[in-house]
Amino acid sequence: MNCISCINYIIIGIMVLSAVFAVEWRDLLAAVVGMAAVSLFASLLFFFLQAPDVAMTEAAIGAALSGAVFIFAIKRTRRFETEEEEKPGWWVRW
Amino acid sequence: MVSILKRSLAIITILIIGYWLAVAMSHVPFGQDKMLVGQYYLNHVKDQTGAINAVTAIVVNYRGFDTLGEVTVLFIASTGVGALLWKRKRERTARVPGSVVLTTGTRFLFPFIVLFGAYIFIHGHLTPGGGFPGGATIATGFLLLYMAFTVYEIPHKGFEVTEGLVGMSYVAVGLIGLLIGSYFLYDWIWQTWHVGTVGKLFSGGFIPIIYILIGLKVGTELSGIIDNMLKEGVSGND
Repeated sequence: MNCISCINYIIIGIMVLSAVFAVEWRDLLAAVVGMAAVSLFASLLFFFLQAPDVAMTEAAIGAALSGAVFIFAIKRTRRFETEEEEKPGWWVRW
Repeated sequence: MVSILKRSLAIITILIIGYWLAVAMSHVPFGQDKMLVGQYYLNHVKDQTGAINAVTAIVVNYRGFDTLGEVTVLFIASTGVGALLWKRKRERTARVPGSVVLTTGTRFLFPFIVLFGAYIFIHGHLTPGGGFPGGATIATGFLLLYMAFTVYEIPHKGFEVTEGLVGMSYVAVGLIGLLIGSYFLYDWIWQTWHVGTVGKLFSGGFIPIIYILIGLKVGTELSGIIDNMLKEGVSGND
């Protein structure tokens, strides 16, 4: 297997892992960091796919600005998710 | 019991839709050219627009009206944030000052971040980039200032005036094309005079002009959104 495509698959794996963590974590601050990690690795992937302008936009807006806006919103509300009464399994959330 | 039935029904529906989509997508050849317009752009971009970067040439020149719409969407988003978070008296309420590393790093890095953002949108017709990434980069510089210093605020008056003037001049640049006797957002600099040589900074018709305008607009607007999100209403006796 070509090594460049290996790197792509590793980046996609990290992105999926961070996205799952961003949904699952109860600490919203940590979830925002997971979401920003998705954007950061997406911008790396865009760079490997020869789209440097999209990579720049994704890094500036996805990783920096939207993460900062989410953190400001958390600062005004609460940091932790409340427990629901009925918690469905990890495979389906309504 | 009902919920289990509902869930299994939903899962079966999702599986059916997924199978249907997978079968439909397996017949579409991946990565092949099915449209001729992309090749047309690549063949004619140099002599029709004078830009090296075909992406920005399409975004600003061939599809300039869409870009005007994007700028309008961003303006409406910024206006909406400002309207939702409006209070009569708002101040910065940060108490903890930034650490020495953060403040010193911000003092050193801020001019270079702004310079890099300006480089991105001035060279939009030559190198990857353009007005939107450049403006976002400048806004991250202002975000850094907000995080490092507890009393810092953007110069509101200047930023608002710049934003309005720049948005109007984008429409004005488009209207000049209409005045000359062609269509709205006609590239009057390159199509009529052929200013500059292809590949140099002074070329590309009105792409650098419009990207400078868009970069300033996006930078000031996103900085304004950051400012709106950070400041809190002071519930004192006003």
